[in-house]
Amino acid sequence: MTTQRTSGRRKQALAAAAVVAGLLTTAACGGGNGSGSKNGAAGFDAANNKVAQADQVKKGGTLKFVSTQDADSWDTTRGYYGFMWDFSRYYSRQLLTYKTAPGATGAQLTPDLATDTGKVTDGGKTYTFTLRPGITWEDGKPITSQDVKYGIERSWAQDVLSGGPVYLQSMLDPNNTYKGPYKDTSQDHLGLKAVDTPDAKTIVFHLPKPNSDFLQVLAMVTASPVRQDKDTKSKYGLHPFSSGPYKFQSYSPGKGLVLVRNDKWNASSDPVRKAYPDEITLDISTNQTDSDQRLINGDYDIDLSQTGLGPQGRQIALKQNKDNLDNPVLGFIRYATFPTSVKPFDNIHCRKAVIYAADHVSIQTARGGPVAGGDIGTNMLPPSVAGGEGQKYDPYNIAGSGKNGDIAKAKDELKQCGQPNGFSTTIAVRNNKSQEVATAESMQASLKKVGINADIYQYDGSQIAGIIGSPSNVAKKKLGIVIMGWGPDFPTVQGYGIPLWDSKYILQSGNNNYALINDKTIDGLFDQYTTTLDESQKTQISTEINHKVMEGAYYLPFTFEKVLNWRSSRIGNVYTTNAYSGYYDFVNIGLKSSK
Amino acid sequence: MTELSKTGAAVGEPTAASPAPTSFLEVRDLRVHFPTDDGLVKSVDGLSFQLEKGKTLGIVGESGSGKSVTSLGIMGLHTAGQYGKRKAQISGEIWLDGTELLSADPDEVRRLRGRQMAMIFQDPLSALHPYYTIGQQIVEAYRIHHDVDKKTAKKRAVEMLDRVGIPQPDKRVDNYPHEFSGGMRQRAMIAMSLVNNPELLIADEPTTALDVTVQAQILDLIRDVQKEFGSAVIIITHDLGVVAELADDLLVMYGGRCVERGPAEKVFYEPRHPYTWGLLGSMPRLDRDQQERLIPVKGSPPSLINVPSGCAFNPRCPYADVPKDNVTRTVRPELAEVDSRHWAACHMTEEQRERIWTEEIAPKL
Amino acid sequence: MLAYLIRRLFAAAVMLVVIVLVVFSIFFLVPKWAGVDIATSFVGKQADPHAVEAVREKLGLSDPIYAQVWHFFKGIFVGRTYAAGGDVTHCAAPCFGYSFRSEQAVWPVLTDRFPVTLGLALGAAVLWLVFGVAAGVLSALKRGSLWDRGAMVVALSGVSLPIYFTGLLASSIFVFGLHWMDGKYVSISDSFTGWLGGMILPWVTLAFLYAAMYARITRATMMEVLGEDYIRTARAKGLAEQVVIGKHAMRSTMTPILTMLGMDLGALIGGAILTETTFSIPGLGQAVLTAIKNQDLPIILGVTLITSLAVLVANLVVDILYAVIDPRVRLS
Repeated sequence: MTTQRTSGRRKQALAAAAVVAGLLTTAACGGGNGSGSKNGAAGFDAANNKVAQADQVKKGGTLKFVSTQDADSWDTTRGYYGFMWDFSRYYSRQLLTYKTAPGATGAQLTPDLATDTGKVTDGGKTYTFTLRPGITWEDGKPITSQDVKYGIERSWAQDVLSGGPVYLQSMLDPNNTYKGPYKDTSQDHLGLKAVDTPDAKTIVFHLPKPNSDFLQVLAMVTASPVRQDKDTKSKYGLHPFSSGPYKFQSYSPGKGLVLVRNDKWNASSDPVRKAYPDEITLDISTNQTDSDQRLINGDYDIDLSQTGLGPQGRQIALKQNKDNLDNPVLGFIRYATFPTSVKPFDNIHCRKAVIYAADHVSIQTARGGPVAGGDIGTNMLPPSVAGGEGQKYDPYNIAGSGKNGDIAKAKDELKQCGQPNGFSTTIAVRNNKSQEVATAESMQASLKKVGINADIYQYDGSQIAGIIGSPSNVAKKKLGIVIMGWGPDFPTVQGYGIPLWDSKYILQSGNNNYALINDKTIDGLFDQYTTTLDESQKTQISTEINHKVMEGAYYLPFTFEKVLNWRSSRIGNVYTTNAYSGYYDFVNIGLKSSK
Repeated sequence: MTELSKTGAAVGEPTAASPAPTSFLEVRDLRVHFPTDDGLVKSVDGLSFQLEKGKTLGIVGESGSGKSVTSLGIMGLHTAGQYGKRKAQISGEIWLDGTELLSADPDEVRRLRGRQMAMIFQDPLSALHPYYTIGQQIVEAYRIHHDVDKKTAKKRAVEMLDRVGIPQPDKRVDNYPHEFSGGMRQRAMIAMSLVNNPELLIADEPTTALDVTVQAQILDLIRDVQKEFGSAVIIITHDLGVVAELADDLLVMYGGRCVERGPAEKVFYEPRHPYTWGLLGSMPRLDRDQQERLIPVKGSPPSLINVPSGCAFNPRCPYADVPKDNVTRTVRPELAEVDSRHWAACHMTEEQRERIWTEEIAPKL
Repeated sequence: MLAYLIRRLFAAAVMLVVIVLVVFSIFFLVPKWAGVDIATSFVGKQADPHAVEAVREKLGLSDPIYAQVWHFFKGIFVGRTYAAGGDVTHCAAPCFGYSFRSEQAVWPVLTDRFPVTLGLALGAAVLWLVFGVAAGVLSALKRGSLWDRGAMVVALSGVSLPIYFTGLLASSIFVFGLHWMDGKYVSISDSFTGWLGGMILPWVTLAFLYAAMYARITRATMMEVLGEDYIRTARAKGLAEQVVIGKHAMRSTMTPILTMLGMDLGALIGGAILTETTFSIPGLGQAVLTAIKNQDLPIILGVTLITSLAVLVANLVVDILYAVIDPRVRLS
């Protein structure tokens, strides 16, 4: 009941907002849009996978972020939002981090606190790092290897610090034998066996099993150092202690924060961060129309959440300020997947029938069209992830001649499935995502043409884990088609696909392998991937895994998601990076004027 | 309108150009008409009378006969509160102590209101503001017209309450209207009206809302204060009994016009209009029993928009066919003097009326 | 009077307990019936059941509801100690707990945000009272005139237009179109003029909605009051018309308006969600909206309690004022 009313209200709000936007554009459009970058904007897509206006940046000034949502937590152990990881580089450093470069180069790792990317021994089971000289906390004390270890240990204290990713545990202590630093009875609370700190400058990791993505995990914000005497435990996110060029001056959850220069930070100790602005502010606004307007108006420089302008903002900005926009492909893929426990989706031909029957253009439109929605998705590995091929790999001819649906092929597959007259099934979709509901309706319409009758089941979007994440519930409710989206935690096939496709990740609650893929070949490829250290080989395996998944017809990809992000004319050295799935790389954005 | 002017001058009353009268209050050819969506409501349609100081005039009639509108017209309140509605039209002359009120500056009339002329209303509960104490309301009435401080005014209020017979006036002065009984409330209302020693007191149905036992007390009180202050009093009532002993003169209204007026004893004992007979017949008398005593006027009061042609009373008059040639239904009868200062408006000859009264009506009363 | 007050306060306290129980029940029972687990929404996307269990433990979600209610009230009056996984925190009274999401203490959130909402509600109330009542009185006095009809059309549109529409329209025109103001919320402690500048649009937008209702009610009441006998009496005393209207008629007209005002103010403190969201004002409404989205029980409870309290207090004040205005009402 409640949710229905909300969506009704939202529709009304959208309609009202559209009227307002219309009024505004007609009122403000007098000037026309001919004169390109009269205001100094770099141009449309100027920062999409390339660097815009790096040479115009000066030191100083205040970089202003706005966002309609706050981070889940600014605690380096607890944050899971992509923009939080991106933003946290201002105040936290890791042994390694991503290169501050556009596109695919940005996804490569580079030493940060460590002097190099580590010495790997013992067949990929031991990693040794040496800390750089001159690295300090915001109070001037040096950052030690113990601080790094303690920061990593915090990840084990899920009972206090819930919410963050747990890749470190699964790679260093898969059986969860360590109970976290707060229950650690050893004197220094540094009892995690898998990590050694022989001296303050050296840190050694012992993996029970090699994992070729271990460096990726060390580059995650979860692996940031935390100093024990500054650890306020569950309250740490309210004021993290800085190891980076900026420190928290103030933070008010749900309202905003101010970062100021950390004058104890040595530029010479940090090969990555340029630290151009003097101050970085974030205002949380609860009204997207309003915050979009303020971006366009020049009150703010950049949207922290990187989810793109809303419908009204897009309409105005595309007309008047196209040079301030970038339209990057994000690492996100929107898709429908077919739980193989629900008949007749145990039969690959029935799955293929749905893939062929769907009208892919209509789905793209439902997602928001080519600019705001994204390119038609043709496979399941995002282009930003190593091994991703984009639309070049299109086994079901989704973006090609079959883009409006191939009814003949679908009927043929139905015949082979033994359901020549079609069947009935249910599409599960989150009720709080209007675009997902729209895609469900699009599918419903095109499936009807081949005799597949689909009901749409809308469920509370905050309850994914217990509804579609519970295989028994899915089977009970006969949810044959599940609509979802997924983005990489780190830009590799492991950081994206393991929870979706590896049979070991089928969980009874919080499951993400909705299709219940249990394919020895795919599992084997993942095992092979984790033990392969050579990058080009890793890429090749990634591509192969994607092909296997597509050949199994477990998924109907909707879109390689795109957004329309705003960059103000005041800022330079802006670029999108694959490290953060196509977001702008925040850390080295600078202002063109120090005022 | 033409009809108005034709009938208007008929009683031989002075015209507008005539000089100021000698009477304390003189009303000449008063007309109060209210435009409505259904037509013009002629609430008062050519009314004239005089009243001297120290005398009491009773205006009697059914509801809708125009008696209350007449009093409001004198007070200058006939248009008050008619926000946004089409304004009432008033014409004629109202002379009060040498001043013609209708042509006077409204502000001047306002200053006379409450001071030279005051009014007592029918229902003292609704006529008193529920949120202010009796004292506050009397003090306010006094201070509008007297430049005194609140303390003096309150002393005056207590005095007045004492005068109208309210026990413990120094305490009751701080009570709210709802803490008073009905009779006490009307006493307080009278105290408020008299606080400025008005020379004209208009009492509009002053006893209708009260218990029978209290009615007499209030009428006594009005008589007493009139004697004491020497004011002219107009008592408006539908009940002849109320004014029987109080009024010097009586004026009987029907359909916005005067049908009979004269000294009270004349109108009571030698009434010369069939409507007055009806009123007398419906008057409660203690010496008769229920069955006989009420001879109500049959039918309902006339429409004030479409007043019946001829005599307005003809549809209800049992003697409408006594005059010849259907004259009662075509010609409006004018007031004619039947005796010294006694006027009536009827088509029947005096002899016919005298005979009907003495032979048919009086014995039944 | 005193006995009345005590009785009312006691009833209010009972009411608050009931409200807390209801909030707890909605929060815990409804998900249980729907078969969903709150704790899972607090862990990362690959968290195992072990971590979910730990979170459930930490948030106290595994305790029976009555125990949770008991702890909650105990926290308010004597404080409480949170201990989970080696993280021990004492929360002194009045302790409304810590946000499930941001971990900040709820009480400072309430004390920080309450004045913001109060400022929004009071400022708007002043505006709508002044303009709504004035327009209503004028309409009543000029009944049927062009002014009256115009005012009532505006009033009707004010009542029927949703706040996010008028709000968006207002900021589109005045902030982004004409650049008359910045339209950004500034804390009153940072800059009074900045605060005024940021609050003008929300005040006007909110006041527009309510002024419309108040104009209609004032007009109707005033028209009724003007027909009262005591108004005629006031005129018969020789009072000037402006005194008759301004004193005698207004006093009676204010009674229903005051009743409405009390209810509206109380409700606004809890229900300015749309306005606060539209104008991005960091008040209680915004906090509770985010908290509901985040399933942040302690914040929901805290805001619900404080807004319920506001409604109860507002009603109590109205009752007392009512008795002051209308002597016929006896508080017994």
